[in-house]
Amino acid sequence: MSASIISFWSTHFALLKSEFWYLVVSGITTGFLYGMVAVGYTMVYGILRLINFAHSEIFMTGAFAGYFLMRRFVGNNTPSGAQSILLIVGGIAVGALASSLMAAFVLERVAYRPLRKRKAPPLAYLISAIGASYFLQNLAGKEFGRNPIAMPQPYGNANVFTVFGSPFNQYDLLVVVAGILSLVALDIIVSRTKLGRSLRAVAQDTETASLMGVDIDKTIMLTFLIGGAMAGAAGFLWGLNSNVGSTMGFVPGIKAFTSAVLGGIGNLRGAMLGGMILGMVENLAEPFVTSAYIDVVAFVILVGLLMFRPTGILGERLGRVA
Amino acid sequence: MSTEMRVHLRRWLSFFAMAALIAIMTGPSGSNNAPVQGLTQSFAQPYSYFGLFRAQRWMIFFTFALVALGLQTLWRRSGGGVRARTAVLRQGFEAPGRRRATVLSAVVVVALVALFIPHLISNPGIQSGIVEQVLAYVILALGLNVVVGWAGLLDLGYVGFYAIGAYVTAWMTGRLPIAAPFHHPVSSFAAIPVAIVFTMLAGVILGAPTLRLRGDYLAIVTLGFGEIILVFSNNLTNVTGGSQGTNPYIPSFTFRIGGLKYLFGNVGYYFLVAGFVVVTIVLFRLLEHSRVGRAWTAIREDEVAAESIGINPLKYKVMAFAIGASVSGFAGAVTASQIGVVYPSTFSLYFSVNVLTLVIFGGMGSIVGVIFGSILVQGIAVYLRFYPPSGYQASDLYMYLGALLIMMMIYRPAGLIPSRRRRREIYQAEDGIGHEGDVLLGEQS
Repeated sequence: MSASIISFWSTHFALLKSEFWYLVVSGITTGFLYGMVAVGYTMVYGILRLINFAHSEIFMTGAFAGYFLMRRFVGNNTPSGAQSILLIVGGIAVGALASSLMAAFVLERVAYRPLRKRKAPPLAYLISAIGASYFLQNLAGKEFGRNPIAMPQPYGNANVFTVFGSPFNQYDLLVVVAGILSLVALDIIVSRTKLGRSLRAVAQDTETASLMGVDIDKTIMLTFLIGGAMAGAAGFLWGLNSNVGSTMGFVPGIKAFTSAVLGGIGNLRGAMLGGMILGMVENLAEPFVTSAYIDVVAFVILVGLLMFRPTGILGERLGRVA
Repeated sequence: MSTEMRVHLRRWLSFFAMAALIAIMTGPSGSNNAPVQGLTQSFAQPYSYFGLFRAQRWMIFFTFALVALGLQTLWRRSGGGVRARTAVLRQGFEAPGRRRATVLSAVVVVALVALFIPHLISNPGIQSGIVEQVLAYVILALGLNVVVGWAGLLDLGYVGFYAIGAYVTAWMTGRLPIAAPFHHPVSSFAAIPVAIVFTMLAGVILGAPTLRLRGDYLAIVTLGFGEIILVFSNNLTNVTGGSQGTNPYIPSFTFRIGGLKYLFGNVGYYFLVAGFVVVTIVLFRLLEHSRVGRAWTAIREDEVAAESIGINPLKYKVMAFAIGASVSGFAGAVTASQIGVVYPSTFSLYFSVNVLTLVIFGGMGSIVGVIFGSILVQGIAVYLRFYPPSGYQASDLYMYLGALLIMMMIYRPAGLIPSRRRRREIYQAEDGIGHEGDVLLGEQS
C-alpha cells in the first residue's frame, strides 16, 4: 500500500522535475495577468466595500475590443516587426480604453451610482453587481456568438530565449513587460500622486475625505477607470494566448479575486503578490492534478483562505474594513 | 445651457439610449462568424420584432422611447393623485377586518386557475415545462427565500444542493455507474427523503465553517462550492456518468395500492408538484412565525442585540442554510425523476442566479411575493422557450434576468410584493436608522 503511494508520488514529482521551468514561465505570465485583474477588484473593494462581480465582464470587454482591432487589421499573413509591435500596443490600448469606459461610464453609472446615492445596503450592491455581470456576459454572447473565438495573431510568437531549456516566448515577454509597466505605474499613481492621495483618503474614510474637499464621485469614477484599464489590457493579453468569448471572464475573474484576497483585500501590492503566487501554485500543481480539476485548486485555496486567514498575506488595507 | 435644459437633455438622452439598448437586446443575434451582424441588423435592416410594424427597428423603439418619456412626464405631473387613489383602494383590501377575506379569495382564485391549467394546455412538452420550470422553481425560490430573505445570507451555491439531490436520486434508483446503496434499487419516491437528508447534511457541513464569514465573502465561498460540484459532476465520470448524464432513465414516480399501479405522467406530476408547493408554503408559513423565524429576524436586524438576548447567531444561520439546502435537494430529486436524466450542464451558476432573481423580484422575505414573482418570471421563461420570438436565443433569458436584477435594485429593492418588515428594514438602513450596512447581510460593522 505505502509502496504504491510512494510510486504514485514519485511519478508526479518526476513530471514536476522535467517540466519545472516550463511551468514556472507559464506561472509568471498567468501570475501577472491575475495581478492585473486583481488590482481592479481590490481597489473597488477598498473604496466601496463591494465585490465587483462584473469585473470579469470588464475583462471580457477589453478582450473583445482587442479582438475587433485584430480582426480588422491582421490580414492573412502574420504581421512581423514594427507592424506587430504597433498592433499589440494598439490592442492593449484599445482594450484598456474600452474596458475603462465600460467600467466607469456604464457599469458604475448604471449599476452602482443610483444605489450609492440612496445609501443602499451592501447586499443591494452585490445583487446589482451580479445582475450587471450576467447582463453583460449574455449581451456579449448574443451579439458576438456564444462559442470561444480564436484571436487573429498579430505576431509570430517566436522564441526569445530559453530558461534551462524551456522556451520563453514573445508572448511571455510581452505579458511580463506589460505587467511590470502597468503595475509599477499604478503603484506610483496610488502612492505618489495627488490623485492617489484622494483615492486613499476616500478608502479610509469617505465622509471625512469629502469634508476635506475630495470629490467622491470623481474619485470613484477614477477607481473604475484605472481598474478597468488594467483589466482590459489583461483581457486582451489573455485572449491573445487562448480564446475570446462571452464567458471567458468568469474563471480568471474568480481567480483574480482569489489573488486579491490572498494578498489581503484592499491592499494593492498584496493583489499583485497574490496574483503571482496563485499563478505559480496553479501551474506547479499541474503535474499533480488532472487539468479538469485545476480550477478546483483555486477554489479550494479561496475557501481555505477565507476561513483561516481572511486578511490575506500582507493584511487588509485601504481603510477600516472590519 | 441652463440647468433645467441640461436635466431635460439628460432625460432625453437616457431614454434614447435605453430604447437603443432594448432594440439591441430584442434584435437579431450575431454569431462567431459575423459578430457585428446583430448590431447592424438591429438598426439598419427593415426587420421588426413586432410583426405589426414593417419599419426600421430603431424607429419603432425611438417611438416607444418618446411615448415612455411622455408617460413619465405625465406620471410626474399627476401621478400623485393616482397613487393616492390606489392607496385608498389597497387600504380597503388590507383593512384589518377584510384582510382574511382578501387573502382567502386570492387563494381561491389562484387554486382555481392552477386546477384548470393542465386542462387548458394540452401540449405535453409545455405541461412538463411548467412542472419543471415553474412549479419546481417556486419550491426552489421558497427555499432560497429562507436563506436570503429571512436569514439575510447570500447563497450563490444553491445549485450545488440541487445537483446533490438529483444525483442522490439517481444513485438510490441505481442509475449511476456506482452501485446503488441497497441490493434492490429503490423507487424514486423513496429517494426523496434520502436526498433531503443528504443535502441537509451537505448544508450543515458547508455552512458550519463558512457562515462566520462576512456576507460578501460568504457569497464567493458558496459560489466556489457550486462550481466545485459542477466540476466534479462533469469530470467524475465513473461516479456521475460525466457530461453525458446519467443512464438509463430514472423512473418516474409510481403509486401502487395492491394490484393498482399509477404511473405519474405530465398531468400527474403537475398536481403532485403543485401539492408539494402547497406543503412547502404551509410549512414555511408556520416556520416564519415560529421561534426560529423570529430568531432569524432578530439576527438579520441586529446581530449583536440578538446575541445579547441569548440567540446563537451561528446556530440559526446554519439552520437556515441547511433548510434552504434541503429544499433545493428536494426539488432536485423531484425534477430528476420527472426529467429522467441528470445532466451536469444544468448545474451552472446561471441556475443559482436564476433562482436568486425570482426571490429578489418577488420580494425578499415575502412568501406571497416569492411565489408570485417565480410564477410570473418562470411563466414568461416557459412561454419564451416554447414560442421564441424571432431573434430570441434560449440563453438570452439570462440577459433579461440580469437586467431585471439591476432594475429591481435601483427602483424597487424590496421587491414586487415586499414583506412589510423587510421593506421597513431596507428603508431604515437607507435613512441611517439602525445599523447601516449590517441589516441585509447580518454582518457586524
